[in-house]
Amino acid sequence: MEKTKINITDEVAIHISNMNKWYGNFHVLRDINLEVMRGERIVVCGPSGSGKSTLIRCINRLEEHQKGRIIVDGTELTTDLKNIDKIRSEVGMVFQHFNLFPHLTTLENCTLAPIWVRETPEKDAQDIAMEMLEKVKIPEQAHKYPGQLSGGQQQRVAIARSLCMKPRIMLFDEVTSALDPEMIKEVLDTMIQLAEDGMTMICVTHEMGFARQVADRVIFMDDGQIVEQNEPESFFNKPQSDRTKLFLSQILGH
Amino acid sequence: MSKIAFVQKNKIPPSPAPISEVGFIGWVKQNLFSSWFNSLLTLISIYFIFIILRDFIPWAWGGHWNTKSLRECLDLNPDVACFSVLTARWKQLLFGLYPAEEYWRPTVTFIFLILSMIPILFPKYFKFFWFSVIYPGLAIWLLWGGSIWGVGIVYIGLSLGIFTFILLLKLVSKNTVLSGIGALIFLIVFFMFLSNYLVNFLNIILPIALPPVESLKMGGFTLSLIVGITGIVASFPIGILLALGRQSNLPIIKMICVGFIEFIRGVPLITLLFVASVLLNYFLPPGTNFDIVLRVIIMVTFFSAAYMAEVIRGGLAGLPLGQHEASASLGLTYWQSQRLVIMPQALKISIPGIVNTFIGLFKDTTLVSIISLRDPVGLASTIRADQTWNGIYWELYVAIGLMFFIFCFGMSQYSQYLERKLKTDK
Repeated sequence: MEKTKINITDEVAIHISNMNKWYGNFHVLRDINLEVMRGERIVVCGPSGSGKSTLIRCINRLEEHQKGRIIVDGTELTTDLKNIDKIRSEVGMVFQHFNLFPHLTTLENCTLAPIWVRETPEKDAQDIAMEMLEKVKIPEQAHKYPGQLSGGQQQRVAIARSLCMKPRIMLFDEVTSALDPEMIKEVLDTMIQLAEDGMTMICVTHEMGFARQVADRVIFMDDGQIVEQNEPESFFNKPQSDRTKLFLSQILGH
Repeated sequence: MSKIAFVQKNKIPPSPAPISEVGFIGWVKQNLFSSWFNSLLTLISIYFIFIILRDFIPWAWGGHWNTKSLRECLDLNPDVACFSVLTARWKQLLFGLYPAEEYWRPTVTFIFLILSMIPILFPKYFKFFWFSVIYPGLAIWLLWGGSIWGVGIVYIGLSLGIFTFILLLKLVSKNTVLSGIGALIFLIVFFMFLSNYLVNFLNIILPIALPPVESLKMGGFTLSLIVGITGIVASFPIGILLALGRQSNLPIIKMICVGFIEFIRGVPLITLLFVASVLLNYFLPPGTNFDIVLRVIIMVTFFSAAYMAEVIRGGLAGLPLGQHEASASLGLTYWQSQRLVIMPQALKISIPGIVNTFIGLFKDTTLVSIISLRDPVGLASTIRADQTWNGIYWELYVAIGLMFFIFCFGMSQYSQYLERKLKTDK
């Protein structure tokens, strides 16, 4: 399947330069340099503990970096709370464990942030929410609670919830890792559809099929560093670094 | 064909369970006579229940209601209850030393209390929240009397303060903090310089007043309700703030909250009540009239707020970190995410503990009898000191216990209703 690259623009969406992060004395992220263009789809992979989740959590400051700069959509992440809230409302994030709000219905999960952060009138917020729930193909679950849905459905609601904020960038943090095998496809299909619509996406994932199909660029991380990055075709067929080769042989070998 | 291969030919349809496992017979068999040991326990329990009822029912059922004294009861029949003490003194048990011609005031206050709680307890069906807002002022005025403008001015001041806040927000600055400070300055100026003149003025043009009743006259169940309900209502928000403060990243706030909680929890309530009744006067400038009931309410509130904070902290700890992250990643501010995402769940988890604390607080109000306030238990001693009723125990305490039981059982039932209502999984 040939994917479209017409979406990528030369506008910078995320700019990360010389970024370093420590947990106490542990150096988790080392000299990260990364530039993401608007419309680009990036897959980040690597062994566990390599810092890939930490990297994307730094982008909306769920984690704080100690050195270097992160500029998202032209706004630099500093300790200024105003900036952080602004960036968070522009950057959607989907988590491994869904993190839906269990006390709210699916629809209320989707309208909460638009109503309180964007100050959208309730009626409009509901219309947007229904539109997004249709996009992820579960409008009929709108009035159920998350506890009544399957894992795959919950994850699709989580995607819809992020989309309701009309984000310019989406971050996916191992969104299929906690799902039963038969539910992975429905979530990946949603993500593929989103990618085809031209969303700027950074996905931490082990789904190499997904990476081949939609990614414009695959980044391989190990020990908190970016070890290799390339177009998926070359990345999978002609990996350069030994660590990448080892990693690929481990996950594709069986 | 190998031996392990198997293919099912027909699906097995579901069939009803055996008669002995369902319905009443099934229930009895499962719960009362499931083994010889359980059967034995069932029989022994039935025997004990029988003995208790055999003695209690004739005692209570045949009780006297209309005698003049305990002596008279004993002369008639010493083996049955003498409820006449309740007939003679029920007004005192309910109202303490409240002036008899003003009994309607606590009664109306109580009826209004129920009315004001309905929209809070069942917000889905009843929407008159405005009444719950004006109720505290109304109750204070009804119970203590005096001019209505004494409490009215507080409402007027606060309304004007909110009005100022909105006005500043709309016209001057979008910043909530700056507008808040502006409104606060307005409130200080209003209450320090303007409110007195306004009260005097209002008293002249619209003099509405009730005869004042002093705090020491409050007593009986009225006092228990005043202290208990105010304590419950006030300790809840304070408890939430303390719990949040204890989890705060700001070290000074955290230290203050931890210090407060540990100190208050580490001291017996009686000690705090003694401090309220005796010691506080030494620290206040001479001649200050700091109402004794108010002092007790403050102590009881602090006491249960400390417990409440720990109960709610348990609920907060039970929430996965992902909930904080999800609400933050959507751009909700700290307070928004606390109010809309974290607290609704944390409080739901803590409902049993919260209600437990409420019930404990309500019953602890009887401790005020130690500092010679006349709550029902204190009044029981007073009544027994009277010659006519000297020597009566059971009937008084059974009645007082029953009154407390009704309220506490009500709270417990409501909490179970709430838990069922808030159940969202399955």
